[in-house]
Amino acid sequence: MSIYHEDEQAIKTTKLGGFLSSWFKPVLPWLGASVFLGLFFFYPLARILWLGLNPAALNTIDLASLLLAIRSLLFTFYQAALSTILTLVIGLPAAILFARYNFRGKSFLRVLTAIPFMLPTVVVAAGFNALLGPRGWINLGLMDLYHLQSAPISIVGTLGIILLAHVFYNTTIVIRLVGNAISHLDPRLEQAASTLGADPPRVLNRVTLPLLRPSILAATVLVFIFDFTSFGVILLLGGPGFSTLEVEIYKQAMQIFNLPLAGLLSLIQLLCTLAFSILYSRIVIRTAATSAPRAAATNLRSARTGRQKLFLSGMVVLLLGLFLLPLVSLPLASVTRLAADRGERGPVQYGITTDYYSELFINRSDSIFFVPPFEAVGNSLGYAGLTVVLSLVLGFPVASALAHPSHLGRFLDPLLMLPLGASAVTLGLGFIITFNRPPLAFVTSPLLVPLAHTLIALPFVIRSLQPALASIPDRLRQAAASLGASSYRVWFAVDWPIVARATLSAAVFAFTISLGEFGASSLVVRPEYPTLPIAIARFLSQPGGMNYGQAMAMATVLMVVCGIGILLIERLRLPGAGEF
Amino acid sequence: MKQILLVVFLLTAIFFSACSPQSTITLTIMTHDSFAASQSVITAFEQANNVKLIFLKSGDAGAALNKAILSKDAPLADVFYGVDNTFLSRALDAGIYEPYASPLLANIPVEFKLDPHNQALPVDYGDICINYDKAFFASHNLPIPASLEDLLKPEYKTLLVVENPATSSPGLGFLLATIKHFGPDGYLAYWRSLRANGLVVVDGWETAYYTNFSGSSGHGLQPLVVSYSSSPAAEVIYASSPLTTSPTASILGPDTCFRQVEFVGILKGTRHLNLAQKFVDFMLNRQFQQDIPLQMFVYPVNLDASLPQEFIQYAQTARQPATLDPAVIAANRDKWIADWTATVLH
Repeated sequence: MSIYHEDEQAIKTTKLGGFLSSWFKPVLPWLGASVFLGLFFFYPLARILWLGLNPAALNTIDLASLLLAIRSLLFTFYQAALSTILTLVIGLPAAILFARYNFRGKSFLRVLTAIPFMLPTVVVAAGFNALLGPRGWINLGLMDLYHLQSAPISIVGTLGIILLAHVFYNTTIVIRLVGNAISHLDPRLEQAASTLGADPPRVLNRVTLPLLRPSILAATVLVFIFDFTSFGVILLLGGPGFSTLEVEIYKQAMQIFNLPLAGLLSLIQLLCTLAFSILYSRIVIRTAATSAPRAAATNLRSARTGRQKLFLSGMVVLLLGLFLLPLVSLPLASVTRLAADRGERGPVQYGITTDYYSELFINRSDSIFFVPPFEAVGNSLGYAGLTVVLSLVLGFPVASALAHPSHLGRFLDPLLMLPLGASAVTLGLGFIITFNRPPLAFVTSPLLVPLAHTLIALPFVIRSLQPALASIPDRLRQAAASLGASSYRVWFAVDWPIVARATLSAAVFAFTISLGEFGASSLVVRPEYPTLPIAIARFLSQPGGMNYGQAMAMATVLMVVCGIGILLIERLRLPGAGEF
Repeated sequence: MKQILLVVFLLTAIFFSACSPQSTITLTIMTHDSFAASQSVITAFEQANNVKLIFLKSGDAGAALNKAILSKDAPLADVFYGVDNTFLSRALDAGIYEPYASPLLANIPVEFKLDPHNQALPVDYGDICINYDKAFFASHNLPIPASLEDLLKPEYKTLLVVENPATSSPGLGFLLATIKHFGPDGYLAYWRSLRANGLVVVDGWETAYYTNFSGSSGHGLQPLVVSYSSSPAAEVIYASSPLTTSPTASILGPDTCFRQVEFVGILKGTRHLNLAQKFVDFMLNRQFQQDIPLQMFVYPVNLDASLPQEFIQYAQTARQPATLDPAVIAANRDKWIADWTATVLH
């Protein structure tokens, strides 16, 4: 009896095991990211939104609040749409430039376009002001040239500088996502179309664009969401005349302490992001096309015809103007000193100094929060390294699962983008009320910083990997398998060479996001482990030429560290990665 | 599977780093981002009481307070420093503090003791004032404006930059000074005239001071900026090359400055009440009080504390600062800011 019973149990267990494994297998790749996002994103967010938006609190929202919400929403849409269009106008030709042409200084220019992405807004604002401000070089130059009394260009505090700053920040997203796809296009498809009699516009419309559509859409959606949630650019460059949803959330939650309205605004922002993501995944699934990807190097050439040379030089000049000019003012400001006695100065006089750098190493005021620059660099690199590892480990399985359309994937895909659209201010408050008691009492842990960075980096990592993984035709894998390769070997011989480059691109995104992220306003931070952006902000919070100079010196250090970091990651020769 | 293991590992690491038992007792102090102190002063307290101090920086003054209020059921810290008189009523209404009648209150003038129940104890004060660029006024042969009314004169057109009171604490302070001076019914008319006279508004102090103000390293266009009465001293102390005189100074007319007082309080629910009280005493005592000026560029409230030479020489406090009852500020602040926004920005 008992034996019989045990046997039945055994059969049941096997059946259960079989059921579990068939159920478990499609879920498995999602497990890490789901647990991570559930715990560190959806749970705290739901708690803080419920606090603001429970039925009792909702009664406090009046008509004026609703009007404010609608006005912010409209402006947010308007500036984000304009910014995204402009970013694509600059970014798409730039992506072609990097993917198709060989030219001198290419890797420098490529790194240059990525640096803005990790610079804190205070620093970017200082750079733009030195260039375009009322006493910026361009205005001073024009006044000198045409003997003008006042500055001819006044762009600071207008919509124009908001758009310009957004293009400056986000062009790298287009260059990386679309450029990566262009460099792997199979040129034989375009050649075949031409041979069959298609003129160049027709080749572009019928062959090239359909193949690039997933990556262009991915870049568009990411850029749009970044512009949609813009905060620092609006506050520091746009000024008080402009208010996006995120700025309004900050005012309502942090200054006025109107949690219901802040919650409502956060919810609107979140739902919009969700709508964009759903739209994106629908279009991508409908239009995804695969072709055998080519090694990137086979698509590279030097400019030969006159038109190509014109395009190449025009683009290089444009990108240098857009990226180098605002950036170069920071290192310049970090070595220039105002004339000694400003109290009695005539025209502003300058001198060259290295004081700001040497002062970084001296704790002159014996402050407990003093951090030597190498330690700040170390903290930043430590957080960035953890972010890269964590987001790749969580993102890779998800991107692989997404590469094969499934019901589960279609449902979960848009949710992955949500952390980009969530208000940092709201999420920060969510952390406070969620992680302040056991067993989750780690709101004060320094490890929360890389975890928060990973939330933002993860969508980028997935969006960088997924197009590459999806572009691999199954027949390549089948061919390898039928030739006797094990599934591991198939992955290493077929998948890996194709996605290795996309992995590096994903790593660069995670790295720069972490280095530049300025979480101080929304997270509770342990001041003994500041990152470089936090160290910069500390200098800029007190008056005095030395503080300003040290902030510029620290910003220069940040730029150099980030530039070297990107160069190193991009030059990694991954085993088996080959020419891809 | 590997990735799951790693996540589990990381989470465990977080749990252990958060919960690991510490050999010495720790006392946690939640502050705003501008808090600073000398290493030697903090170490002295730690050694005398065999305690480790942990500081949590939680954003600007408003953000830090809101975080303290949101987490009051399971407080993140034992002591909260950094509520000012514009936020005091919000803190008191939320009931986050444990009252403590420190014996050191005896050395503090009554004008700073704004909470009669001693839940929030004054630590420091400062004056939010208009700073001017000395060189600009000298080279343009312009007299320095001496009052709020002077700022409406045509010769000062487009010369003043202020911060948005909705996003900046000096901006709010200056708005309150005008409300004190012109009354709740008259201040909007004043701001309308300021706007007609080319007033420049930016969102934060950093932008106002480092981008718009002509007397700072950003050498902008406006020679008048809303900052602190101690900023001229900071310009000397943090000069890029030694200065004998400050390039800037404050306008100290009637009600041109708003007096800001900052408070410390013990958070309800602390498990180290005795130590927390000792720390509050320590903050009000001479050693810490004398450390305040050069670390945070505000003034000590303790009458026994002497000022550093740089403060005596280059910083001045207002003779007739504007003040308002914290309860009145709390009751009207949102409406005042909304009305100001409608008048000045739209």
